[in-house]
Amino acid sequence: MSLDADEVDKIAHLARLAIDDKDVPEYATNLSNILELVEQMSAVDTTGVEPMAHPLELAQRLREDEVSESNQREHFQECAPKVERGLYLVPKVIE
Amino acid sequence: MHNKSVAELSAGLQKGEFSSEELTQAYLERIETLDKNLNSFITVTAEQALTAARNADQMRQAGKAGSLTGIPVAQKDIFCTEGVRTSCGSKMLDNFISPYNATVVERLNAAGMVMLGKTNMDEFAMGSSNENSYYGPVRNPWDQKAVPGGSSGGSAAAVAAQIAPLATGTDTGGSIRQPASLCGVTGLKPTYGRISRYGMIAFASSLDQAGPLARSAEDAAMVLNAMAGFDPHDSTSVDREVPDYTANLTESIEGLRIGLPAEFFAEGLDDGIANVIQAALKEYEKMGAKLVDISLPNSGLSVPTYYVVAPAECSSNLSRFDGVRFGYRCDDPLDLEDLYKRSRGEGFGAEVKRRIMIGTYALSAGYYDAYYLKAQQLRRLISDDFRQAFEQVDVIMGPTAPSVAFDIGEKSDDPVSMYLSDIYTIAVNLAGLPGMSIPAGFVDNRPVGLQVIGNYFTESRLLNVAHQYQLATNWHRQVPPGYE
Repeated sequence: MSLDADEVDKIAHLARLAIDDKDVPEYATNLSNILELVEQMSAVDTTGVEPMAHPLELAQRLREDEVSESNQREHFQECAPKVERGLYLVPKVIE
Repeated sequence: MHNKSVAELSAGLQKGEFSSEELTQAYLERIETLDKNLNSFITVTAEQALTAARNADQMRQAGKAGSLTGIPVAQKDIFCTEGVRTSCGSKMLDNFISPYNATVVERLNAAGMVMLGKTNMDEFAMGSSNENSYYGPVRNPWDQKAVPGGSSGGSAAAVAAQIAPLATGTDTGGSIRQPASLCGVTGLKPTYGRISRYGMIAFASSLDQAGPLARSAEDAAMVLNAMAGFDPHDSTSVDREVPDYTANLTESIEGLRIGLPAEFFAEGLDDGIANVIQAALKEYEKMGAKLVDISLPNSGLSVPTYYVVAPAECSSNLSRFDGVRFGYRCDDPLDLEDLYKRSRGEGFGAEVKRRIMIGTYALSAGYYDAYYLKAQQLRRLISDDFRQAFEQVDVIMGPTAPSVAFDIGEKSDDPVSMYLSDIYTIAVNLAGLPGMSIPAGFVDNRPVGLQVIGNYFTESRLLNVAHQYQLATNWHRQVPPGYE
């Protein structure tokens, strides 16, 4: 599997990553090499093998639907880049 | 003081030979003089450490001290520490002062341990050489030209150089065991779920597990006692009793069945390393252990499988870094999409971006079955191999890494060759099993680690097996020149 520059651009967009144009060829080479390594998986026939999503395969633990945390909005927003009146600020999205 | 084991330090504190404040001061001075060159710490928390040490001394005077009270520890910079920068080795979190503590940090604080600072690491724990850190590479104390391994490279180097008696690490594909091997220290990755992941910045959630790096199995057992245990804040934390991991260290290993997977001794293993591992196995035979040839036929596919599973999970986990709620934000975003893209593009390093892109690709429409589903099926086969092996043997042994520490810059331009540093450690994470690396010798004056893998929740057995070897040999007591 070999990726070209357009495919790298498309993946970068899906991942919301800005990549400099000058770096795209190097990403294309490295990502293609990694996918080539990954292709080795096809050497084994896995027909009928149950996929394993998790090492311990335990059922998800549930708890009572009760409030367990206190509101610490101000504390948690101290590390935010831009907040105003308890709201996170982003560039205008609605004209 | 820095030559003493944790048990000896604990006894010294208890007898009043020195205070925690004196002990902490001594380690801080070693960090000050020796770490300029090593770069094993990202942040040293000297003032907080001395305050914590004085509190520990007061706890002791009040008769409330446990075996770890007043003992210094270095925390990998992946664990959130309230009020202290938690960078995860990334520009993305260079400005991140965590508003809360990871459970591991809470537990060690509650035991009265004194945090010296935060150790260097590959960015977001992605790497095997510590060269992917925003804060620069760590040097291996055994050889300034060599990498310490990764991603817990700072923790391994700090313990090897005796500028911290203990350190924490995390292991997603070998990130505790491989640097332990390359730096000549003892590292333990427990069973998945044994230690809480709460507040441990997520890389690949079905693989990540915290553990200790120490100078001996005994020291590792002491700190594991404090780290392990159920945590309702982590949905995959296992609610299972925590034994006293120091209780069985001295048991005889007569009759222990050691499995030797053919695949771990095949092509690709350095001859010098093979000789060191064979010598260690002979030592075990002398202690009455039996060597059994086994096979893990699918383990050869663990690296390709991992490089689908781990990037897929990382692409999802790292989507939280958006320049909005915390972390790096680009200057003058044009619109929301530009804010996301440039904050992430400028905040993440090259290896992190590669893995996010591989994961995004593997999970994208049309490719899911060929990559992610296939990898999960192989994960089952790799895991089943271990299940079958543990029907015949008690532990599995082999090399931790295929080579000794390589030189800084040697593999940094070739991701795939870097990934192959973890060929013997990755299968253990895919299966969720516990594994250790213990020092077993040297090749070209660089340390070699012996890997010991156990069945689920057999950390006590692993530590016992490691301790018995450390009673019979002196490899774990070797100190790099200049750090005696």
